[in-house]
Amino acid sequence: MSRSLIVALALLMPLLLAACSDSIGDNPARASSEDDLLVSAAASLTDAFGEMETAFETAKPGVDVLLNLGPSSGLREQILEGAPADVFASANTSNMEQVIEAGEVAGDPEIFVTNVLQIAVPSGNSAGVTGLEDFANEDLLIGLCAEDVPCGDFGRTVLENAGVTPAIDTNEPDVRALLTKIEAGELDAGITYVTDVVSTGGTVEGVDIPDEFNVIADYPIAALVNAPNPDAAAAFLAFVLSAEGQAILNRYGFSSP
Amino acid sequence: MTTGRPAGGRTRRPPAVFIILGCLGLSVFVVPLVGLLARTPWSELPTLLRGDLVTDALRLSLVTSVAATAISAVVGVPLAWMMARIEFRGRALVRGLVTLPLVLPPVVGGAALLFAMGRRGLIGEPLNQATGLLLPFSTWGVVVANTFVAMPFLVITVEGALRNLDQRFEGAAATLGAGRWTVLRRVTLPMIGPSLVAGLVLTWARAFGEFGATITFAGNLQGRTQTLPLAVFVALESDRDVAVAISLVMVVISLTVLIALRERWWKVL
Repeated sequence: MSRSLIVALALLMPLLLAACSDSIGDNPARASSEDDLLVSAAASLTDAFGEMETAFETAKPGVDVLLNLGPSSGLREQILEGAPADVFASANTSNMEQVIEAGEVAGDPEIFVTNVLQIAVPSGNSAGVTGLEDFANEDLLIGLCAEDVPCGDFGRTVLENAGVTPAIDTNEPDVRALLTKIEAGELDAGITYVTDVVSTGGTVEGVDIPDEFNVIADYPIAALVNAPNPDAAAAFLAFVLSAEGQAILNRYGFSSP
Repeated sequence: MTTGRPAGGRTRRPPAVFIILGCLGLSVFVVPLVGLLARTPWSELPTLLRGDLVTDALRLSLVTSVAATAISAVVGVPLAWMMARIEFRGRALVRGLVTLPLVLPPVVGGAALLFAMGRRGLIGEPLNQATGLLLPFSTWGVVVANTFVAMPFLVITVEGALRNLDQRFEGAAATLGAGRWTVLRRVTLPMIGPSLVAGLVLTWARAFGEFGATITFAGNLQGRTQTLPLAVFVALESDRDVAVAISLVMVVISLTVLIALRERWWKVL
């Protein structure tokens, strides 16, 4: 009797595994129906695309936008592995290019916004930071993101472009950790994206970096070949690129291309 | 079949279910370690460990964990004594507060330290204005974070030992004319000695492995605040072989200390 139980369990195993992996796996397409529009967007677009969703649904009643937010590289992997999506908005061009190479993009992607780096200082800027040259000041508390995360990589490029050797006091593991310490006034200055500064709602102030030193990130958007809802995808793209869509993005610190 | 074993006999075999579950429990600790060993690039190990990143972090980790243990001994033992020997209202609260760092996510502890002792913190701001001392982003900040997270191990162990101690021994010594300090030095401390050492070892080991509170409160800078756990975290992003090599160093050091000192002292308990 115990043997038949084992056999039964062995037969059930694949089913159990399938059930588990299905519930664990990130499957954003599950809820898709005819009027759903699935938008895979970079995590840095979270707030702006949240508002975009509401505005688009008001302009296009009957379409329900589903936002699938995550790191651009993760979204890219989902698309390449066949998870259906209508629109892909990436925080950099390299992830979009890989999706194009795999033949997943319908038409040409468009750069819909750009994001630039900015010096982030605590509200009030008590240390009087005015530019990149202050990063060499040993008396100030300076933080950057760690060298191997994107914001740390870009931050160092900007300083290098300006010929400044920074007197770094801490290499924070990610941009949130860096912002938290600037927000608390524990650091005098750091380098983040301008949208990160805007997202703090005023507790962190931005000091502009001159264009000749700055790093500009292009955000491309495209409809996908296997879009379950191509009409709505085209309408969403047009809306994002319209004056109304751009105004929303500008409010969150993004620049129009 | 009827059981022919003598009731309560010492030769009775332990229940198989217990052995199986016990081994399963053990595997929770062993499996990740095996995974680490399987990933270790043994032949390149000496080269990987020779870098600045590793030697700086190792030195810093040893210095800060020992400093945190010393501070814990100086203030933690009296605290344990207070909790064990003095009846006061709110003792349950004090006990809860002391235990809190054991269950709190270290990141929360680090953030709390920042708000209290940061440059704009409740204590940190006046302290900075009066003395110019700045704890965040300094090696002292690492020591403070380590102490916060690790001291509970010492306090709880020593408090338990003091409460279990038969106070008649101290009473007898006092009756025989020993002064308060003599009683403490000649009777109390020797009797709780094993627990004291065990608590110190656990405190040191916890401080040696501290990550969350350190990176949140003290930041991450090579040679100043980047301890071994932080170096592992940073290396995971850039060079996994280095990360694995540092992890292995931490495992070897911690395991050696825990086994050597525990075996030697906890047998006495």
